[in-house]
Amino acid sequence: MPSFTLKIRRYLPESGDAPFWQEFDVDLEGHRSVLEGILTAKAREDGSIGIRCSCRAAICGSCGVLINGRTRLACNTHLAEAVRESPEDGKIIVEPMNNMPVLKDLIVDMDAVHWKKIQRVTPWLLPEGPPPEREYVVPHENMVDVTQSMACIQCGACVSACLSMEVDPLFIGPAALAKAYRFVGDPRDGAQYERVKDLAEDPAGIYDCTHCFACIDACPKGVAPMSQIMRLRRVASRDHDIEDRNNGYRHEHAFVENIERNGLLHEADLLPDSYGGKLHPRAVPELIDSLPVVAKGLARRKITPGKALLHPHRRHYKDVRKLFKKVQAKDEPLELNLYIVGYEEEEEAAR
Amino acid sequence: MKVAYWPGCVSRGFTPELHGAMEKVAPLLDIELVELDRAACCGAGVIAEHSQELADTLNARTFALAQQTGEALMMNICSTCQGSMSECQERLDANAEYRMAINDNLRDEGLRYEKPVTNKNLAWVLVEEIGLDELAARVRRPLSGLKVGPFYGCYIVRPRERLGIDEERPRHTYLHRIIETLGGTVIDYAGQYKCCGFPIITMNKEASLRQAGRHLGDAVDAHADCLVTPCPLCHLNLDLQQPLAERVVGRELNLPVLHLPQLLGLALGLEPKELGLGRHVVKPTSVIDWSQSVVATATA
Repeated sequence: MPSFTLKIRRYLPESGDAPFWQEFDVDLEGHRSVLEGILTAKAREDGSIGIRCSCRAAICGSCGVLINGRTRLACNTHLAEAVRESPEDGKIIVEPMNNMPVLKDLIVDMDAVHWKKIQRVTPWLLPEGPPPEREYVVPHENMVDVTQSMACIQCGACVSACLSMEVDPLFIGPAALAKAYRFVGDPRDGAQYERVKDLAEDPAGIYDCTHCFACIDACPKGVAPMSQIMRLRRVASRDHDIEDRNNGYRHEHAFVENIERNGLLHEADLLPDSYGGKLHPRAVPELIDSLPVVAKGLARRKITPGKALLHPHRRHYKDVRKLFKKVQAKDEPLELNLYIVGYEEEEEAAR
Repeated sequence: MKVAYWPGCVSRGFTPELHGAMEKVAPLLDIELVELDRAACCGAGVIAEHSQELADTLNARTFALAQQTGEALMMNICSTCQGSMSECQERLDANAEYRMAINDNLRDEGLRYEKPVTNKNLAWVLVEEIGLDELAARVRRPLSGLKVGPFYGCYIVRPRERLGIDEERPRHTYLHRIIETLGGTVIDYAGQYKCCGFPIITMNKEASLRQAGRHLGDAVDAHADCLVTPCPLCHLNLDLQQPLAERVVGRELNLPVLHLPQLLGLALGLEPKELGLGRHVVKPTSVIDWSQSVVATATA
């Protein structure tokens, strides 16, 4: 029977000591899970190891931990796989999740962060008008659209992985915003505008996400929270034209118009345009704030006045402009969600 | 080796030294660059956020232009381009009907994307196409004693599955291996796989600069002489905005950030000036001093 070494970060609040590392050797087959490894160590060596778990089948979402620095479900990670990814000489490093206070060992305070943020987005349906006589009838495609966000098991892995929340703890975060889309995309909900308006105007809302993909990688259920946040942005901007105070709407439109105009990005225009235009009252203080950087950029010839004004790299913009016109003239632009439609051709090839 | 070369926007805009360095380094690696001069911006995720169809159309157009050159390989020098283009390619390659509809948008220009296209970042080309042994053989000035922290940029390390990162192709380790091959010392630090914060610089400036400042600070604490990044957008937040990031995190950083072709160029024997190191906001004094001391030792 192969042997695996688990290096677990322990924290025993009642002891008054700082967190410490402890190693446990467990004899288990490589296809068994890291959770089974932890539970074996707990049963045979030290009953005081703290871990939350229940279903052991990646359904209950209780056993989120960091394995070799990446947020995973302990029950959904094989020992053999974990040992191959170990940065430390074959030891499997297990730590509590990030971005949430540690209560004991591998148990974090989900109430203080994750559940509080879920509550922030009003996670229930707000139907409009009197209820129908019988059930609500919802078109199939609408329900399919929200199935991806409904697949969430509330494990908090994305919250732990979120790089925006790491520097801005107020950020509503990936799990709660994915949950928000579940209701924003539901045709029975009567508060779509209010929901997206609220999340667009909140400085810690949909425009506080940096596109870092960490939540997509961490999610064990393929919810792709970041993609749901991008959908919320689309609803806010395209369906409701919400010009938020965070420049989210303006930045998106400035970027798209910049490429339509130039083919290639013209940064010198994008920055002021994201604040509403070069002479806009919002742009002026920003420009003043950035003066030390602009001055250095000019001094080092990184930015030249000619380039800033003329954009010499503008290329074949007429063809690009035509494409923009053609696509943007469509009433219903195409959208393909691979979570829902799958990889059609590979499946065919497999058949 | 001939490649269909996509430099991206920022490498010719606010980080002109990146495209310049690539053009200098390419002949030393026997890479012939066939520049895609008609291609448009990849959208950097922002156009996709606005309209997926628009982003997919723009990138299908770039792929079609790459295929038109007749070269089997397309190369980019921007992590953000790699990530946004891979996302669009995933959709285009997965569904024939969708691909046809997107190709229909390109019909007026006589362009058409045929699946698949192989689009690799310079770091991937170095390891997978050129090979590290071959790279090592071309090193003229090993980066001995230079402590380099890798900064990958989100778009080239996540999501793993889409980017083809697995045990066979551990692309999340390539920068480490390239630094070692060039003779440098790799500095591991907390921020190497994290986000530079650039995408939210106009939406939440404080949080954006806090990310940049924190990762730079972690690298300083780990005694890095400089960072190297394959992403010009990361470079904007880490270098151009570094004086502002210092203000947000309340500490002096003064850490030079090199583009990948610049680090390559130094090891392949080019001079710091030729590689545009003088164009950075944070003067790469430590790197220039190092290269001068190497020259001094060699001539002594």
